[in-house]
Amino acid sequence: MSQSAVDVPPKGGFSFDLCKRNDMLTQKGLKAPSFLKTGTTIVGLIFKDGVILGADTRATEGPIVADKNCEKIHYMAPNIYCCGAGTAADTEAVTDMVSSQLRLHRYQTSRDSRIITALTLLKKHLFSYQGHVSAALVLGGVDITGPHLHTIYPHGSTDTLPFATMGSGSLAAMSVFEAKYKEGLTRDEGIKLVAEAICSGIFNDLGSGSNVDICVITKGNNEYLRNYMEPNPRTYVSSKGYSFTKKTEVLLTKITPLLERVEITEVGEAMEE
Amino acid sequence: MTFTIPIENGDAVKIAEAESQRTLYPYVTGTSIVAIKYKDGVLMASDMGGSYGSTLRYKNIERMKAIGKHSLLGASGEISDFQEILRYLDELTLNDNMWDDGNSLGPKEIHNYLTRVMYNRRNKFNPLWNTLVLGGVKNGKSYLGMVSMIGVSFEDDHVATGFGNHLARPILRDEWHADLSFEDGVKLLEKCMRVLLYRDRSAINKLQIAKITEEGVTVSQPYSLKTFWEYSSFHNPTASAEGSW
Repeated sequence: MSQSAVDVPPKGGFSFDLCKRNDMLTQKGLKAPSFLKTGTTIVGLIFKDGVILGADTRATEGPIVADKNCEKIHYMAPNIYCCGAGTAADTEAVTDMVSSQLRLHRYQTSRDSRIITALTLLKKHLFSYQGHVSAALVLGGVDITGPHLHTIYPHGSTDTLPFATMGSGSLAAMSVFEAKYKEGLTRDEGIKLVAEAICSGIFNDLGSGSNVDICVITKGNNEYLRNYMEPNPRTYVSSKGYSFTKKTEVLLTKITPLLERVEITEVGEAMEE
Repeated sequence: MTFTIPIENGDAVKIAEAESQRTLYPYVTGTSIVAIKYKDGVLMASDMGGSYGSTLRYKNIERMKAIGKHSLLGASGEISDFQEILRYLDELTLNDNMWDDGNSLGPKEIHNYLTRVMYNRRNKFNPLWNTLVLGGVKNGKSYLGMVSMIGVSFEDDHVATGFGNHLARPILRDEWHADLSFEDGVKLLEKCMRVLLYRDRSAINKLQIAKITEEGVTVSQPYSLKTFWEYSSFHNPTASAEGSW
């Protein structure tokens, strides 16, 4: 029992002990296990009344699509949502963790969470892991001070922007935003622009695909539009159903008993138990 | 006499003394080219910058040149290799003119020639470090093609090199359609060049647009695009997050 007290690291934080050993192994030719990456297009923009976040729904494991319809827009607070790109486990875990911390903070302060609180918690965590937690996030929401949109990079730096894109499809989506964004968009214009940007990522980037998810956050209200657009339906599904050629014909039905049916009457004593 | 040149992974390569120089990395580079087919021919846009690593060394480089009567060649990548390619094409057209038989090289032929040159150079591990865009019109048919430094070549209705592939191609895929008018074509190209100006670090705000039609090539005078920086978020990005950045 006393052994465990000695083995516990003195402080919290990332232990870099194994990095040297991992380096040595890669040099010897061992391939590191690949991660489930969300090669992704995630976007956010600020419109007249709040924030709109958008994401595609494809999760890749190297060249294979692991999940055709995953959810990349994570709940942080009733008024804050976060899109995540990078390693799926990292984005999921980090947003879950900060979401719990925010809830506890809400209970303690009896106030709605602010976006900069989520921002600071996330960037502190990511920085302390020096980029090894591979989570690139687009954080958006509306709090008492107004609508906010931030991007957070895996190493812990953040940006505050009117429109933002992250992930492998970020250039395709950014080209749509740079060409078409203006301030004071209405809700419908904003949704249309976000959907266009995500579609640009879906069709021009191999790491993104499937459907478009959208989340609209305004003061006191949020709408999570899961699968808002499905621009990649299964084609060539026959509407009439499938009719196969005639089954093999039944020529004769005959039941041949293999054993004679025997009646058993109880005779003699019961079996030994 | 053989030389050994060490390469990144520590292995040394022995090569014959005559070709002891091989292109290992580019020095003075041009950034993207964007080109589209339109109603009367082909429109091509490029900026006039030549970067020396991360310095913007030259701001007056014309990266689009007319070849013969029917073609327009644009190049991104190493500028000196582009000038070499122009010399090769000069020799080609000169030889052709000496026949004086009324024939002239069309864009398809020049594209093929360039593909062969680029591919053969790459096979000798001594590439011309360029991505070339070849546009032209001959006998009423417009032609637009691209050759990369490893010899990948293809034809399409709209092409872009370098960063343009990631930033301009999505816009062109959405908004290009056949039979664009000249004004619409220029507007579309300017849209792409503006996004490149915002998001490509080696782009400069001094661009030229060249057009090639049945009549010939015209390269515009250099001009600049209007940019917009007045978003309220840009004015005070940390308004709500004191101490943040």
